[in-house]
Amino acid sequence: MQFIEIDSLLKVVVAGLVLGAGLPALFALGVRLAAGRTTRAAVDAEGARLTPSGEVVTVERASNGRIVAAGICFMVVVLAIAGGIVFLANGGH
Amino acid sequence: MEDVTETILLVLVVVTALAFDFTNGFHDTGNAMATSIATRALKPKTAVALSAVLNMVGAFLSLAVAATIAKGLVDANVITLEVVLAGLVGGITWNLLTWLLGLPSSSSHALIGGVVGSVLAAVGTSGVIWTGVAAKVLIPALLAPLVAIGVASVGTWLVARLTRDVPEDTSNRAFRWGQVGSASLVSLAHGTNDAQKSMGIILLALIAGGAVPADSGVPFWVIFSCALFMALGTYLGGWRIIRTLGKGLVEIDSRQGMAAETSSAAVILMSGFFGFSLSTTHVATGSILGSGVGMPGAKVRWGVAGRMLAAWGLTLPAAGIVGALCYWIQDGIGGALGTAVVFGILVATSLAIWVASRRKPVDHKNVNDDWEEGAAPAEREPALADAAVAPAVAATGAPEAAPAAVPSSTEPQAARQRAGV
Repeated sequence: MQFIEIDSLLKVVVAGLVLGAGLPALFALGVRLAAGRTTRAAVDAEGARLTPSGEVVTVERASNGRIVAAGICFMVVVLAIAGGIVFLANGGH
Repeated sequence: MEDVTETILLVLVVVTALAFDFTNGFHDTGNAMATSIATRALKPKTAVALSAVLNMVGAFLSLAVAATIAKGLVDANVITLEVVLAGLVGGITWNLLTWLLGLPSSSSHALIGGVVGSVLAAVGTSGVIWTGVAAKVLIPALLAPLVAIGVASVGTWLVARLTRDVPEDTSNRAFRWGQVGSASLVSLAHGTNDAQKSMGIILLALIAGGAVPADSGVPFWVIFSCALFMALGTYLGGWRIIRTLGKGLVEIDSRQGMAAETSSAAVILMSGFFGFSLSTTHVATGSILGSGVGMPGAKVRWGVAGRMLAAWGLTLPAAGIVGALCYWIQDGIGGALGTAVVFGILVATSLAIWVASRRKPVDHKNVNDDWEEGAAPAEREPALADAAVAPAVAATGAPEAAPAAVPSSTEPQAARQRAGV
């Protein structure tokens, strides 16, 4: 018996990276697109908001194209989750 | 008389298997829900309720892997009801102890450790398939957190990079949704995989006891009760473990939480898909660590992570020792009395641990309190191994006086609790 099934392990790592890191990134891209373009602003600018790193920005409304692109990103994520549920219902292996 | 003994044994095995199922539920709530609770994406009570419902649904979702307990790890011919009971007691004891210490550890590894220990006690080393134990338990236990750390840190880094100039309130709102979705998938996967382990044990016991034919499927009452007990355990919430996972390892925000849970879900589902099974707990813990590694500027408390690793290393031997002791006690006394004594020890030990936990309770109200750094000095580590065996050993000396031995065994644990472990 092989102690480490290198082949299966590599597949898990690659698939895990594609889905486990790719899907959050896609979701983040969707959030980024839907949030609209941001520009740095003075602290007292109208509509100024804080980013996680503490910078002050103002946000433009997202264009329709960006909203559609964001929708596609979210749709792919939702489909992937649905795929996961179907996979579980079919035995999970 | 022989029949009565067998029946009592069978009933006790079923009850103990359901008890294990219950501990499995509350031990593993944190794997799915700790991050959502820590980032306040969900209220603590809402989170455990959601997880409980999804575990219940998950348990009904599929019955494909039932009846595979310890397959390829121990010689199937030596598994008797006595061996299974002793193994279950070992698994439950370790689950409760690690819960008391707030350490996430794999419930399946605890069960396997208990069964391996009781098989060793029953027939010696020939009953254990060591290459199987190494390839299916020990090595995956080392690899799972590494894989998860890698995936989650890449995911977290990408997410942080992409959303660095998105206003915080917008990103929090969005990522909390993402967190709830990914955590739900982890809960569902847990219900599907882990409830089936208990169903498998009960089915095995029913077949061995002659209550159902050997080719029987899983009876409905078994599916229902396993699903119910796991859901109840999940709803009870292993708050100590949730606290360690959500607050102890890394201070996480909703973006890290979402990346961590998605990484957990993806690695767990993919490892099932490619037949390289990894423990849910090890993957979830690794993912949370990874979300700290990948986040620029985040701090990971490696000391807490080190204590967890130590607990994972001890899971198999510690549960095994309890399993072996229980088998010897049961076999030494023999018959229905032996079984009753082992069951009594389990009840006494569980009560003792519960009493110890009341010294410094952790519940849905204080689960998110600030983590006190340095609450658990590293030099206390060896106490963990002793604490693991103490209740069982104390009980071995005088099985009939088990409740009397309880106060002494709770002392070191209570001290650790006061230290905020």
